[in-house]
Amino acid sequence: MSAMFPWRRLLVWSAMAAVMIVAPLVFTQGFAVSMLSQMGIAIIFALSYNMLLGQTGMLSFGHAVYFGLGAFFAAHALNAIGANTLGWPVSLLPLIGGAAGLVFGVIFGYITTKHSGTPFAMISLGIAEMVAACSLMFPSFFGGEGGISTDRVVGNPVMGVDFGPSIQVYYLIAAWCFVCMIAMFALTQTPLGRMANAVRDNPERARFVGYNPTRVRFFMLSLAGFFAGIAGALEVINFGNVLLMAFIGGIGHFYGPIIGAVLVTFLQSALSNYTQAWLLYFGLFFLVMILFAPGGIASLLTLHKPAVQTRTFGRLLLPYAGAAAAAAILMLGLVALVEMLYHLETKAEQVGTVMSLFGRQMDTATAQPWIVAAGILLVGGVLLVFVARFVRAGWGHVTVAVNRAKGI
Amino acid sequence: MPAALELKAVHKSFGKTAIINGVDLAIEKGERHAVIGPNGAGKSTLFNLISGRFAVTSGSILLNGEPITGLQPQQINHRGLARSFQITNIFPKLSVFENLRCAVLWSLGYKYSFWQRVGGLKDVRERADELVGMIGLQKRRDTVAGVLSYAEQRALEIGITIGGGADVILLDEPTAGMSNTETADAVALIRNVTVGKTLVMVEHDMSVVFGLADRISVLVYGQVIATGTPQEIRGNKAVQEAYLGAEVE
Repeated sequence: MSAMFPWRRLLVWSAMAAVMIVAPLVFTQGFAVSMLSQMGIAIIFALSYNMLLGQTGMLSFGHAVYFGLGAFFAAHALNAIGANTLGWPVSLLPLIGGAAGLVFGVIFGYITTKHSGTPFAMISLGIAEMVAACSLMFPSFFGGEGGISTDRVVGNPVMGVDFGPSIQVYYLIAAWCFVCMIAMFALTQTPLGRMANAVRDNPERARFVGYNPTRVRFFMLSLAGFFAGIAGALEVINFGNVLLMAFIGGIGHFYGPIIGAVLVTFLQSALSNYTQAWLLYFGLFFLVMILFAPGGIASLLTLHKPAVQTRTFGRLLLPYAGAAAAAAILMLGLVALVEMLYHLETKAEQVGTVMSLFGRQMDTATAQPWIVAAGILLVGGVLLVFVARFVRAGWGHVTVAVNRAKGI
Repeated sequence: MPAALELKAVHKSFGKTAIINGVDLAIEKGERHAVIGPNGAGKSTLFNLISGRFAVTSGSILLNGEPITGLQPQQINHRGLARSFQITNIFPKLSVFENLRCAVLWSLGYKYSFWQRVGGLKDVRERADELVGMIGLQKRRDTVAGVLSYAEQRALEIGITIGGGADVILLDEPTAGMSNTETADAVALIRNVTVGKTLVMVEHDMSVVFGLADRISVLVYGQVIATGTPQEIRGNKAVQEAYLGAEVE
């Protein structure tokens, strides 16, 4: 840690703030603004999850609990504000969600962090199930299967801001997202944050330098609950995608979950507009990431740092372009097969076996389109194997250059 | 004045197998004490009992006259005892500096604080950098510990152990697996960092033991068969029969 002022970090954060401010001005459709809002919430949630998995090494299946409870408490608070029984500005509602997340983080954290590793994961899953069951047992609080509905346009408008238009909501979320990102990053730079990494890497050694790993996990989980509660208060979104986000972004890097959150939200919102099979593609994407880039996208970027530093990145460009082309052909074949299968299985009875795919009409009852699609898939696969050789050769050049730079 | 470390009738069994069979041992303040004995004598187990890694089956352990039996490792650490490990036990993904910083944080009173920026804590930085210098890893300060050479990792292991400023230091085979020159460096390092402290170490290398130790205890089958100065141990018949005869030319 240098004692100098971190200009570089300031630049990164400023750029991020600028992107968040400008984004809704560039993407002006209503759909885009609500998607950007979702991204902001997903970023907070994914980063709070990463406090557990990435920073402290705790695989939790129950993090949605703090998000959900934060959301419910915030929803009741919002209704109370609307009924004039609670005087609290809507813009600070996330603090109520955060407080709820923190309180439940303390309660459940006390129970769960006595264990680590697989037992912790299982108990966290149990708590998630328990809370889910409670949501049906206490309909007066959780609203049963219908949930509880709220109206965000309550309280007195401040300088004309009443959170009616979605753009105002976006900026509220963006502001909270930005503050939370900075707070969570700052946390990694504190004694607790550093010891969380130490506990993740070697809990036993942490004991022998005076730290109780259980205590470290407990504090980290409580604080992660706080941030998850904030995210929950900002909006009740789909559960279950947290783990995915942390992995796709890369769990070892602080910025990883941000990348993952943005990408997953985008895939969810955009892909589902085009195809019914989006969940399948999503799953395949996750599978490919786990198989070929287990460290996530952030680790892919880090991987290329030495190539850029030794100015040998150019060597990789052509092989990568070739690989991208081959992968595109492979995907074309795959997508065609999947879409035809979906059409045949789910729609053929109503609309007939003829479907339109990539702007062409084809009859899924005949063999020809299947053979063509399978052929494309095969050609793409063979090409990919062929091109992989050049990618390896390119990396050979990079390795030589890196070793030379190191003086080996 | 109470002994720095005192063991009274300590027993340890795993299931029906007794590993430690009633060890009595008193180590004075400022003493450098070596525990030697053949493989399987229970030396590492003894360290694990003292440092709280394992619970004793019976008996008691006193640190500066106060009982520490049954305490957690971190609680024993807070009372001023630190240990190293036979198999290198560091934070492999953190840099050398960060490893040492983790070792000093608690003793400087920062505990679980999450409202202070660790980079801004001058005393932590200075103490950690002082340790980097003491173990001679200045050039490796910002290197990830996992890629250090074996001897460097052993030095870091010692650095982490002394980092918290404990006054009773337990070193478990600090020179195991080292070359002769590395061993000489390690001995100089240990001598240097344990000035004014109480040192207990398990060691197989007899040149290290006789070079460093003020007193030696010989552990055989979970019992201390002799304790004394290096000269006394050399001259002890029982020790020669049980142990030294086979290894010292």
